[in-house]
Amino acid sequence: MILASTVRRILTQLRHDPRTIALIVVVPTLLITLIYFMYDGQPRVFDRVALTMLGIFPFIVMFLITSIAMLRERTTGTLERLFTTPIGKLDLLFGYGIAFGLAATVQATVAAGFAYWALGMHAAGGLGLVVLIAVANAVLGVALGLLCSAFARTEFQAVQFMPLIVAPQLLLCGLFVPRERMVGWLHGISDVLPMSYSVRALTEVGTHPEPTGTMWRDLGVVLAVTVLALGVGAATLRRRTA
Amino acid sequence: MDTAIEVSGLVVRRGKRTVLDHFDCAVARGSVTGLLGPSGSGKTTLMRAVVGVQVVAAGTVTVLGSPAGSPALRGRIGYLTQAPSVYADLTVRENARYFAALHRLGARAADEAVETVGLTGAAGQLVAGLSGGQRSRASLACAIVSRPEVLVLDEPTVGQDPVLRDELWAHFRRMAADGATVLVSSHVMDEANRCDRLLLIREGVLIADDTPAAVKHAAGSDDLDQAFLNLIRAHEKVTT
Repeated sequence: MILASTVRRILTQLRHDPRTIALIVVVPTLLITLIYFMYDGQPRVFDRVALTMLGIFPFIVMFLITSIAMLRERTTGTLERLFTTPIGKLDLLFGYGIAFGLAATVQATVAAGFAYWALGMHAAGGLGLVVLIAVANAVLGVALGLLCSAFARTEFQAVQFMPLIVAPQLLLCGLFVPRERMVGWLHGISDVLPMSYSVRALTEVGTHPEPTGTMWRDLGVVLAVTVLALGVGAATLRRRTA
Repeated sequence: MDTAIEVSGLVVRRGKRTVLDHFDCAVARGSVTGLLGPSGSGKTTLMRAVVGVQVVAAGTVTVLGSPAGSPALRGRIGYLTQAPSVYADLTVRENARYFAALHRLGARAADEAVETVGLTGAAGQLVAGLSGGQRSRASLACAIVSRPEVLVLDEPTVGQDPVLRDELWAHFRRMAADGATVLVSSHVMDEANRCDRLLLIREGVLIADDTPAAVKHAAGSDDLDQAFLNLIRAHEKVTT
């Protein structure tokens, strides 16, 4: 009941902000279109890059939105007031996870659908699995955003966490250099970054008509990291502050 | 007296500064108690300790028989922070309904709270578009929506027009008459006259705890501003 009200409250906040909704829905689709023209005449390269991007965009967008939204709860005093009411920490964390997860589902469906039908992106495993992995990635972004907001005091600081958290994952996920060709220590770092797993899962969907064991295992890793980040996030949320 | 809030030996440090130093006070159930003192005297810190969101170094705060901040109390207290803590990107009504829902109450309770603070006409407006005074009343609506047994209000009437201020105080009195305990901070001395009891606090130390009449009598002045000043001077003489 409290969780459902919290989800509804966060979605209502979003609904009052049409510009943010437009950005969430339209920007990834525009960027995929850009990639389409960049790789004009190289459909296989487009397939690979577009699939990877479909996983990365929701992660970046949801990470940013969540860390700012949570920081606002802290700085405007609503978080302090919430903690004098019967709400539980998990109601709040899962509230954000579910609400922004729903937003991410719309985002991923529009972007993946557009890439598939309008731009002719080929994904052997089908569109459903692409959207599933994209949404899992978005929820991972929400969880890490919630966690990072605990370490930022201002919105300026929160924005700085994006390059810190996102850039290394983007560079080492296998998009630019295949992971197997990285030197040992880079490969090691890449192994502990969750996005490496979501990108590999998407690549599996792109190349195999049936869901593979690797894909399910990689999706499991992404979900496990999400739950872990939410758990640590709950531990950093304190009812009492100095 | 039937005590609703009991503070005993409370020590709060913020960084190197001791904000409250072995602070003791008690607030009677069903009363309106005014917490008065200059900015930075420790009023907000004391209120935060009562609602259970303040880290304390020592001492105890007991509210309705339970330690402040314990889960059993969360449905029974209402807290108005000094800066309005409502969602700017929700309407007044949506804010009130959310806070009502946290207490498992429906839309009716929310609409009543909005009416009590005189915002029914602006209920459909986004909080971001309201004036400062309206915004703090929207925040107040969210604090009273659950009809709490203990209501902690940090400067609820700042920036309100005199007619509204009068109505809000009448409402606080009504809530107390119905059995609620209201702890309200202010630095407007004429509001102090409307309290059952006053706690005068300066630099984290309680310098008076009595009815408004007794405070005025002890300080030898009918003007509360002057009374407060006399008490501070008398207190300084004692401590130096």
